Amino acid sequence: MQEEKVNGLSPDRRERWGPVIKDGVIAAWPICLGYAPIGLAFGVIAQKAGLSPLEIGLMSLLVFAGSAQFIGVSMISAGAGFMPIVITTFMVNLRHLLMSSSLAVYLRGINSGWLSLFAYGVTDESFAMNLTRFRDAEWDWRRALVLNHTANGAWIASTIAGGYGGQFIPAGAFGIDYALIAMFLCLLVFQLRGMIYVIIAAIAGVLAVVSALVIPGDSYIVIASTAAATAGLFFRRAGFFKKQERESC
Amino acid sequence: MLSAEYLAVIVGMGIVTYVPRWLPLVLLTRRRLPLWLVEWLDFIPASILSALVVPYLITTGDPRHLDILRPELFVAVPTFAFALVTKSLAGTVVVGMFLFWLAGIYL
Repeated sequence: MQEEKVNGLSPDRRERWGPVIKDGVIAAWPICLGYAPIGLAFGVIAQKAGLSPLEIGLMSLLVFAGSAQFIGVSMISAGAGFMPIVITTFMVNLRHLLMSSSLAVYLRGINSGWLSLFAYGVTDESFAMNLTRFRDAEWDWRRALVLNHTANGAWIASTIAGGYGGQFIPAGAFGIDYALIAMFLCLLVFQLRGMIYVIIAAIAGVLAVVSALVIPGDSYIVIASTAAATAGLFFRRAGFFKKQERESC
Repeated sequence: MLSAEYLAVIVGMGIVTYVPRWLPLVLLTRRRLPLWLVEWLDFIPASILSALVVPYLITTGDPRHLDILRPELFVAVPTFAFALVTKSLAGTVVVGMFLFWLAGIYL
């Protein structure tokens, strides 16, 4: 193993943690603000699905993935088994593979212990924020690490708070049942970075509806998304849609 | 009370969430993923999000059947438009919830 390159670590070691933590927390603030309503909504939905604040907090601590947790809770309350839930979670979070891949460029020479701690906090939001900051050059892995874990703390706290507050919020109040779909709609918009993504999303949507109508259970998500991504790969290789994004990782 | 079954589910979810976050960080500076895999993975988020949302908006019941006259779908149109214009995650969530709440009162 060659990740123990001391030269990659020593410049950072000289700086004290104080200013590093301050910078990381400040940069995480918009993410925390965004997580609060979603975390509260998740806590409420999970509580209505029969989970206790302890169970909610533990899921947020162990999983720390917004969409996967929403899906997990809806599948648990629908009586889904272990394997469907875990496979769906894996598929939903496969995107992190790409995010960590692009982040790795900025994390060379860091030992595997710190990397493992950093990996835990890779989310759509922290990825987007850290990658933008890394390009500014004043950012470093320790600030990014603090940002990740500040966001994680806000997520855990807001989901637990939602789990307690949920008992006092009547069903359907404030349209909270729609928080999940609204979040997915916005994350989908973030993904539509060119015509080919619009086509692929349309294919996935049609395939999902058809297979949801034909096949019982939740396998339609995996079937439709793998088929649509494969179609996308085919289209790109066939040169049907030119890359339109300004840059890719 | 924490059941062993629930613990197993969240530990399983945690492991399959953590590994894709961790593996590229530890491996990638030395070895890169083949291009076709990177391109394929690149389509996965858009595909999965669409596969999750669209059936929710236009199908209902058990067994599932098509139903396009649902408030879920009516609210999705302005919510999607709001997301397209503002690119704000928190804003979109709040607007979607508000519109769905209004729809529940007036429809």
